[in-house]
Amino acid sequence: MQNAMDYARAEFFAPSGLSEPALAQVFAELLSKDTTLADLYFQAARYESWGLEEGIVKSGSYSIERGVGVRSVCGEQTGFAYSDEISLQALLESARAARAISRAGQSGQVQAWKAQIPSRHLYGLSDPLASLSEADKIDLLQRMDSKARAVSPYVKQVMASLVAVHEIILIVDEQGRMTADVRPLVRTNVSVIVERQGQTESASAGGGGRFDLDYFIKNNRADEFAEEAVRQALVNLDAQAAPAGAMTVVLGSGWPGVLLHEAIGHGLEGDFNRKGTSAFSGRIGEQVASKGITVVDDGTLEQRRGSLTVDDEGTETQCTTLIEDGILKGYMMDRQNAALMGTKSTGNGRRQSYSHLTMPRMTNTYMRAGEYDPQEIIASVEKGVYAVNFSGGQVDITSGKFVFSASEAYLIENGKATRPLKNATLIGNGPDVLTRVSMVGNDLALDTGIGVCGKDGQSVPVGVGQPTLRVDGLTVGGTAA
Amino acid sequence: MIELDNRQALGAEFQELAEFVLKAAKERGASAAEVGIDKGTGLSVEVRMGKVDKLQYHRDQGASLTVYFGHKKGFASSGDFSRKALEDTLEAACRIARYTAEDEFNGLADPELMAKQPLDLDLYHPWDINADQAIDLALQAEATARAYDARISNSDGASVDSYAGLGVYANTNGFNGLNSSTRHSLSCSVVAQENESMQRDYWYTTACSPAALEAAEAVGKEAARRTVRRLGGRSIPTCELPVLYVPELARGLIGHLVSALSGAAQYRKASFLLDAVDKRIFPEFVQLSERPHIPRAPGSRAWDAEGVATYDREVILDGKVQAYFLGSYSARKLGLQTTGNAGGSSNLLLSHTQSSFQELLQQMGRGLLVTELIGSGINMITGDYSRGAAGFWVEQGELQYPVEEITIASNLKDMYLGIQGIGTDIDPRGSIQIGSILVNRMTIAGQ
Repeated sequence: MQNAMDYARAEFFAPSGLSEPALAQVFAELLSKDTTLADLYFQAARYESWGLEEGIVKSGSYSIERGVGVRSVCGEQTGFAYSDEISLQALLESARAARAISRAGQSGQVQAWKAQIPSRHLYGLSDPLASLSEADKIDLLQRMDSKARAVSPYVKQVMASLVAVHEIILIVDEQGRMTADVRPLVRTNVSVIVERQGQTESASAGGGGRFDLDYFIKNNRADEFAEEAVRQALVNLDAQAAPAGAMTVVLGSGWPGVLLHEAIGHGLEGDFNRKGTSAFSGRIGEQVASKGITVVDDGTLEQRRGSLTVDDEGTETQCTTLIEDGILKGYMMDRQNAALMGTKSTGNGRRQSYSHLTMPRMTNTYMRAGEYDPQEIIASVEKGVYAVNFSGGQVDITSGKFVFSASEAYLIENGKATRPLKNATLIGNGPDVLTRVSMVGNDLALDTGIGVCGKDGQSVPVGVGQPTLRVDGLTVGGTAA
Repeated sequence: MIELDNRQALGAEFQELAEFVLKAAKERGASAAEVGIDKGTGLSVEVRMGKVDKLQYHRDQGASLTVYFGHKKGFASSGDFSRKALEDTLEAACRIARYTAEDEFNGLADPELMAKQPLDLDLYHPWDINADQAIDLALQAEATARAYDARISNSDGASVDSYAGLGVYANTNGFNGLNSSTRHSLSCSVVAQENESMQRDYWYTTACSPAALEAAEAVGKEAARRTVRRLGGRSIPTCELPVLYVPELARGLIGHLVSALSGAAQYRKASFLLDAVDKRIFPEFVQLSERPHIPRAPGSRAWDAEGVATYDREVILDGKVQAYFLGSYSARKLGLQTTGNAGGSSNLLLSHTQSSFQELLQQMGRGLLVTELIGSGINMITGDYSRGAAGFWVEQGELQYPVEEITIASNLKDMYLGIQGIGTDIDPRGSIQIGSILVNRMTIAGQ
C-alpha cells in the first residue's frame, strides 16, 4: 500500500462493503438545513504493551479498538453517536441519532467526494508493533532493568514498560472531503525505587514519539532513561523540606514547559474563549507576557509525540503563534469553534477516539529561546528554587490559577543550586505568570515524549518545551519556613 | 428510557459466549483462563445558556481475556464480539503468554473463594426519561443557577447522563457471574464575575436510582452558591494552621490510604504505610469499614474482579490497620489470603465524631476551610503531600473571605494522626462515604 488512504480503504471499506454511494446515503440522513458541519470518523487502533517488574516481564497485553463516530453540528449545538460496528446499517442508525440535534427536516447532500492528500507527512506508515520481534521487546525491557540496577546498589525495584500503538484514521466531512492518516506512537517508561538506610524514594523517566521501537535501542535511549530514573531517585534520597511561600523560581528547560501547557495553553483553547469562560477571553492584543517572550503550539514537528499530519477533523496541523513578543496573538481552534468565532481552524481539533467528541486541544506547546546562558540565570538569584523536573499539573481556566508539581528541585543560595528539595507543588496565576518572567535562556529543549493531556475526561498525547526561565514570585508549596 | 434491550437474554448470551471463550482457551492448551464481557448504553445531554449544546448517545462494548499457560500469562481485549474476533483475541492473548516470564504467583483465585450465591444488590434502575425530558431537567438546573445571583455572568453548562450496563465475568474454576447496573447524574457549572475576579464552580448529584438524585433546582442552586462565594478570592501570608477538608475532598485522603494499603504497593514496597497491619496510624476514634453489600450503593458488588466473594470487614479499628486491600496475586506475593479486592475497594464507611460541619468549624476556630484541590502532588512512597488549594479563611469558627492561589502541605502520616474530628455531613456520591475531616496542622503557602 502506497499511502494512508489505501490503508484506510482496506481497513474500513473493503470488509464492510462501504463505498462513496453508501457514504452519500449516510450524509443524506445526517444533514439538515441548519447543519453547519458534520463528519464521520473511522478509527482502527491496535495497542500492545509489555510490563517488567522484579526482573521479569510479567505482563503483556494486546487490544483492538475499532469503530466510527458520527457528528452533526448546527452552530453551537452538537449531536453525536458512535458504533463499534462498521457497516452501512450502523452508520445510518448513528446518523439518525446524531441528527436529532437539529430541529429542521433532513435536507442536503454531499456534492462530490474529494480525497485530500496532505502536503507533508510527519511520520511513516509502518506498524511499530511489528518493528521489533517479541524477543527483542523483552530484551529491551530487561536491558533497562539491568542498567538501572547496575547504576546503584540502592536500587530495590525496577518497573519498566513498553507500549506501541498503530492507528488508521479516516475522516469524511459534509463537504465531501476524505482524509486519511496512519499514526504510529511508541512510549517507554522506567520507574525505580531506591532504598538507603531505611529511607525510600522513587523516580521515573521515559520517552517516545511517532516512530518505530528501535529508536529506544539505536541511540541507547533506553539506557539513558534507566540511568536518569536512578539519578533522580538518588537525588531525592538527600532531599530536604522545600520552602513555603512566594519566591523566585528558576525552571529548567524541556519538560518544565508543562508550565506553559497549564498556565496559558488550556486558557487559549478556542472552546473556552468562544464561551467566554477563560481567564484569557477577549484579551487578544493585550500584553500577557514579558517582552521578548514568544510561545507557539506546533503540530508540525516531525515524529514528535504531540504532532499530527492532520488533526482529527482532517485539517493539516500548523505552527500557531499564541504569544508574540509578550502580546497575546491567537487561540487554538477546531472547526466548530473557529466557525462560531469567524476564523479558521488551526488544526487543533482532536479527540481521544471515535467514541469521543472533538475539542480544541494542544499539540506541542513551547516557548522560543531567549539570550541568557542558563548558568547566568541561576547565578542571578540570591535565594530561590531551581526546579528541573515535574510530575504534572492542572489548571482552573476560569480563575486562571494553575499548579505543577516539582519532582526534582534544588535550593538556590547566593547564585548557586545547592541542596535538593522534596517534591513540592508550585501555584501561580496564568494570565500574569509570564509577565513575571525576567530572564529567558538560550537552551530551548522539548520534552522526551511523555506528555498526556486530560480535558473533559479525554486523554491525548502532547508535547511541551521551553528554555530555562527565571520567574519572579511563584508560590512554592513546601513545608519549611 | 436508557435501557439494555432484552437484558436477560443478553446476559444469557454473554454467559454462553464466556463459556465458548474459556473452552476455546482450554483447547489451545491454556491451563486456566478468565474472561470479562461488558456492554453499556447511555444518553448524555448538555445545555448551555438556555440552549441544547450536546446530545450524545453512547454504546460501548468490550471483551477482555486472560490466559495462563502454567504460570505464564497473556491478556488481550477487543470490542468485537463475533466468534471469529473473539478467537483472534484469544490467539493474541496466547501469543503474549508465549513471551511473558514464569511467575509462580500468577493464576486464578482459589476455587473455594468464588462467590457461590447470587446477591440482589438492587443496582439496576433504568431512568424512564427521553432526550427531551433530560434536556428539560438540565435547563431547569442551569436556569435556577443563572437566576440565583446577578453576579452569575456566564455558564459552563448543565448536563444529564443516564447509563445502563451489563457485565459477565467467568473463569475456568467454574465461576460465571452476571451483573447489571445503572448510573445517572445531573450536574451544573456556572461562572460568576465581579470586578476583575472571574470564578467557576459546579455541583452534581449521582446515583444508581433516579429517585435518589437531588432535584434539578437544588443542583443549580448549590452550583451557583458555590460559585458566587468564591468571588474576590485572595492569597494569604504563609502560615501553619489547622485545615478542614469538605467531604468531597476528605474522600481523597481515604483514597490515598487505600492506595497505600493496596497489595501492589505493599509487595513493591512502594507505600508510606509499609507493614502497617496492627500499627496505629489514626487517632483511636477512627474506624473504617468495608461494606460491599449495601443495596444501591455506588461501590456495591457481590464478587470482585476475580469472582472472589466480597465480605464485610474492618480496615481500621480504633485507629489501627487491620488488613490490606488484596487480590489473589498480591495476596500470594505477601503470603496472605485475598480480601476480595481485585479491582479495588468496594463501599468504605468512615466513622464520625458526632460533629456537624458547623461544630467542626467551631472546633477549628482559626484556620483554612479547603473546598478545592488542584494538582496531584503526593509522593506515595514517603507520604509527602503538597497540593494547590482554594477555600475560605476561618476565624472563631466563622468564614471570613475566600482564599485562592495557595498550597497546603504536610505528610499524610502526620495528617492521619493529626485528625481531630470527622463530620456527620456524609457525602453519598462516592463509594467512600465520608464527612468533613479536620486536620490539626498543615503548612499553608501563600504570599
